[in-house]
Amino acid sequence: MSNLVIKQLSKSFGSKKVLDQISFDVKVGEFVSILGPSGSGKSTLFNLIGGRYLPDQGDILIDNKSIVGKAGQMSYMPQSPSLFPWRTIMKNIVLGAELKGKPDLALAEQMLKKAGLTEVADAYPSALSGGMKQRAAFIRALLSPQDLLCLDEPFSALDEFTRLDMQNWLLSVWETYRKSVLFITHSIEEALYLSDRIVILNTNPARIKAVFEPKFERPRPPELLLTDDFLAWKRRIYQTIKTDD
Amino acid sequence: MGLSIKKSFAPFIFIIILLVIWELATRMLVIPTWLLPAPSLISKEMITSWPTFQQHFFATTQLAVIGFIIGVSFGLLLALILHMFPRIRATIYPLLIMSQNIPIIVLAPLLVIWFGFGIFPKIFVIILVCFFPIVIATLDGLAQTSQELMHYMQMAGASKRQIFFKLELPHALSAIFSGIKIAATYSVMGAVISEWLGANRGMGLYMTLAQSSFRTDRVFVAIVFIMLLCLCFFTIILLIEHQLVKGTKKGSAEYE
Repeated sequence: MSNLVIKQLSKSFGSKKVLDQISFDVKVGEFVSILGPSGSGKSTLFNLIGGRYLPDQGDILIDNKSIVGKAGQMSYMPQSPSLFPWRTIMKNIVLGAELKGKPDLALAEQMLKKAGLTEVADAYPSALSGGMKQRAAFIRALLSPQDLLCLDEPFSALDEFTRLDMQNWLLSVWETYRKSVLFITHSIEEALYLSDRIVILNTNPARIKAVFEPKFERPRPPELLLTDDFLAWKRRIYQTIKTDD
Repeated sequence: MGLSIKKSFAPFIFIIILLVIWELATRMLVIPTWLLPAPSLISKEMITSWPTFQQHFFATTQLAVIGFIIGVSFGLLLALILHMFPRIRATIYPLLIMSQNIPIIVLAPLLVIWFGFGIFPKIFVIILVCFFPIVIATLDGLAQTSQELMHYMQMAGASKRQIFFKLELPHALSAIFSGIKIAATYSVMGAVISEWLGANRGMGLYMTLAQSSFRTDRVFVAIVFIMLLCLCFFTIILLIEHQLVKGTKKGSAEYE
């Protein structure tokens, strides 16, 4: 288990400042969402954590060790499923683990079952529906040995019905395996439904505008989405985003 | 399998029709056989001359296979080197493209002057014709690596080696195979051309001898066997490709 600490992170590209003094943390086993409009530097943040960019200022720590510029410290689920077309689903889901050593095939099979993908284990990704591909991509991230899971708008390309199914499924799987999760989204509802904490960013450059900690009990049933409490939170967050600072 | 038989049915019928028209035309227009022999005559000649022809057939096959294997290996190697060192690639790539515009037939006499009539200049011609399509196809295949998958690999912390073997190479495989398919047919062509220039065996030699004695039927025999050889090469490579390239066919979502 690990915790992630982001300390006063700043990053510019040329004269354009993208991230400005971002600080937050993800505690062990916590689900934290980053909520912000498109182009708010969310992907830049992930690229920094992923070690693909170097920050101008600030530090990124996992278990108190700086991981600035180090690749492969988190497991990752991108926006599109990014499954490898020439690998079967089984081979695809162990890829993340394969990059770091020997994958645990028994665990992989167990996860496939939980995702309802056992029957397509030997199929190629082209045969799967969008939702199935996303589940496979999520399992691939879960099976990776790193304890921090970074999900980059994983459900934004799905239709509303599939998205709701996927959110419920993700919650149930996550509650079993309980890794620390950093989740990027631009949907208020999704952030509220899934997370322990929500970090709201504003744009140009990205600064932390507010942090919300809705304490809904887990496990969370889908009915939660329609409760007055939930809607009140949604309104509060919406108003925070709309107010200028 | 049933589908592929159905698919090849129409072209098969078409070929039969063409052959019938050819046969009828030579008979009705009374075309002399030295000008255009009828298909029936050609097929008769194929059978009667096979005992003497086969040594030429196997000589050319051997030459083409050796040249093809060396050409493909060399092409793959160069493509990998150029891919690993973008600087060298930028220098050499335009040259490669330019060199593709030189018809091999104009280089062949030079090779004979430099290397004589032995097997080496022949293999060299085949290597030259096989090598370019492989290099170009491999480089293009490697360059077209999906950015999406690359992004995943980099974020997941894959090493350069892992990125190459797990992503770039398998991704380029179908492009490499289209290069290999072109090279395979070129290798037979290269072998025949090299035999035109001087050889003591081979279908190229057989063709030049048949041509100079106006045995047009024998020229056609050689042409038919060259076609068959090309087709054989092509099929073998297709089968290997089928075994190696997985999951890239555009499937409909069966598990929707």
